[in-house]
Amino acid sequence: MSKMNKLYFKTKSHIVKRDDITWWKAWIIRVIAVLLAMVVCGIVTVFLTDLNPIEMYITMAEGALGTTRLVWNLIQNTAILLCVSLAVTPAFKMKFWNIGAEGQVLIGGLATAACMIFLGEKLPTPLLMLVMVITSVVSGALWALVPAFFKTRFNSNETLFTLMMNYVAIQIVAYYTLEWSMPKGSGTPRTLEYGQLPVLFGQKYLINILIVLVLTIVAYIYLKYSKQGYEISVVGESENTARYIGINVKKVVLRTMAISGAVCGIAGFLLVAGTDHSLKSDTAGGRGFTAIMVSWLAKFNPIFMILTSLLIVFLQKGASKISEVYRLNSSFSDIITGIIIFFIIGSEFFINYKIKFNKKEENK
Amino acid sequence: MKKFISLLLGAVMLVAMLGMFAACGKTEPATNPDADVQVEATDDFKIGFIFLHDENSTYDKNFLDGAEKATAELGLTAEQVIFKTNIPEGNECYEAAADLADQGCDIVFANSFGHEPYMLKAAKEFPEVEFCHATGTTAHTENVANFHNAFASIYEGRYLAGIAAGMKLNEMIESGKITADQAKMGYVGAFTYAEVVSGYTSFYLGAKSVCPNVTMEVQFTGSWYDEALEKEAATKLLSNNCVLISQHADSMGAPTACENAGVPNVSYNGSTQSACPNTFIISSRIDWAPYFKYIIESNKNGEAIAYDWCEGFEVGSVALTDINEAVAAPGTKEAIEEAKAKLIAGEIHVFDTNAFTVGGEKLESYMADVDTDPAYEKDTEAISDGYFHESEYRSAPYFDMQIDGITLLNSAF
Repeated sequence: MSKMNKLYFKTKSHIVKRDDITWWKAWIIRVIAVLLAMVVCGIVTVFLTDLNPIEMYITMAEGALGTTRLVWNLIQNTAILLCVSLAVTPAFKMKFWNIGAEGQVLIGGLATAACMIFLGEKLPTPLLMLVMVITSVVSGALWALVPAFFKTRFNSNETLFTLMMNYVAIQIVAYYTLEWSMPKGSGTPRTLEYGQLPVLFGQKYLINILIVLVLTIVAYIYLKYSKQGYEISVVGESENTARYIGINVKKVVLRTMAISGAVCGIAGFLLVAGTDHSLKSDTAGGRGFTAIMVSWLAKFNPIFMILTSLLIVFLQKGASKISEVYRLNSSFSDIITGIIIFFIIGSEFFINYKIKFNKKEENK
Repeated sequence: MKKFISLLLGAVMLVAMLGMFAACGKTEPATNPDADVQVEATDDFKIGFIFLHDENSTYDKNFLDGAEKATAELGLTAEQVIFKTNIPEGNECYEAAADLADQGCDIVFANSFGHEPYMLKAAKEFPEVEFCHATGTTAHTENVANFHNAFASIYEGRYLAGIAAGMKLNEMIESGKITADQAKMGYVGAFTYAEVVSGYTSFYLGAKSVCPNVTMEVQFTGSWYDEALEKEAATKLLSNNCVLISQHADSMGAPTACENAGVPNVSYNGSTQSACPNTFIISSRIDWAPYFKYIIESNKNGEAIAYDWCEGFEVGSVALTDINEAVAAPGTKEAIEEAKAKLIAGEIHVFDTNAFTVGGEKLESYMADVDTDPAYEKDTEAISDGYFHESEYRSAPYFDMQIDGITLLNSAF
């Protein structure tokens, strides 16, 4: 890019990479992007419907924050999305494109559900919980290790591999959903009575939220201050450098993917034991893919991810409120969400690059 | 730049993912200009509806239409009726139900089978709100005072639709288009669940009552709503030389495949005539408006709602669409009217044990799984007085026998 800039084009402007930008300037750009997005959404709203855009934004906020229940619901959904995002982050930082979080979450959920069904009556609750956590973590890790193994052994393409593994996981879960369905053959899962996570202080989602909060802090410390976190960064920057300084790249790839899968397994555990108390092939609800976006938007920083996952869940909740209040098909609110996210992603371009306007040339 | 492209890809993925839950369209709020001011001042009644999908699913559209019809006829304002669409069968359903209760709803209704445990959970938490759930099976055993199931004796509607199919087959045989032993129908089913089995069996028996040597093949999709799979299943049945198709799955997949192939189709959930003018014969459906009116009026009058409600032709819960005269055989309407009158009078029964055999034998006794339990225990004797008593011991169907003349192409689901 920078070489290109040195060539002299007869254009009115050209793009230059910013060396660094102060944090407040970056945030001003982001805020401007959100404001612009809201203006564009307003225009689209007026153009497509007969709604007042301001009222629409208020409705959105009400949908996410209107009552205490909705706020808890917002935080709970943020926590689960954040958990999956934390899971994909170490792999992404290593430039290992783990698109398979959806499947890894489902496999973790499947392991949890299996424990709840087969061991539920046999084990005392604390022991059952322990077994559930261990099996979901281990099965999530093993599921993620498969593509990592093929990557390190045969240099297979991890993006395609992890993506395909999602479909395998979805079909396995669909099979067991039917196998365990109640009534027989309905394809509707039974409610899992044993091993549901406890309700703390009268708040049923509090335990999920606390677990994810702890995970976030651990992930932040692990990535930023631990030796292993440093190794991940080096492998991500340049595998050759990593090899040169004596890092065992294969080991790092395998270990990091195992961690990635294990945290996905925890997300599956939280979904099955903590909220749904049942398992279906759509239990992960697309979070495995949304998490990619959360992680990227936060530049792989676990603390920023709290904000980005909150933003996405806020938009989702607000969007469904729009279709509820105005009886609009959900496509409309998806368009609004899409525009806002597009602008936020677009703002990163203006944070990384600046546009320089060329001076007028004499012969023009 | 690479990073930016990756970000963009991420965004595209998200939008595509969100897109999976929806497609385009827009519905007007159900306002009732006459009742607008008067009712609002005196009446703080509210009802909330939870739908699995939106109007793009024939199943959900049928509920949406019923809800709009019932609430408009009762003069409820837009503020008194809340619709939540695209609510998955998970914790989201509990959250949606609880949110509707928070918004002051007196009744909360959910339309999908898998919503049941989450509705039940909400019912226990909000004893002052009535929770009504369509197609569910547990209200008659749970004994939660404010939790109710509802269905309709749709198997009778299917039976009548089957008569229309049989008449069409007879017409094809008479015109020499097919021979009598080529009278084979195809059926696209969702799961091997009793509701589907009861549906296709009553449809088949209806056809058989007018076309005695008809046979039928059933292909399951393993999903309640998957347009591509349903289309594929219908195409497979067509390649097996089925000359007429019907379905119990919620998308336009099977009707579309029929229209493309020019093969007659007996539909479900509502008319598909506008999309399939050359192949649509008739459709049976449950009209939910009578139930919605019943629960709203019961609640307003302070009367208890039945824990397990099931009605049929008499109150208009089971309905047939208009017949597409361009495709249906002549005399179909009269034949259906006649059979309907006999069903109402109790002169004929859909699951008359003289009308079908299982493994070559006539049934004298059958234990059905009426009470839902993890062991699928067969708990209730359903055959007496010479017929199988469907939807009497609970509203949701429980006929799950494989009768002779029907071949299941796959039974993995």
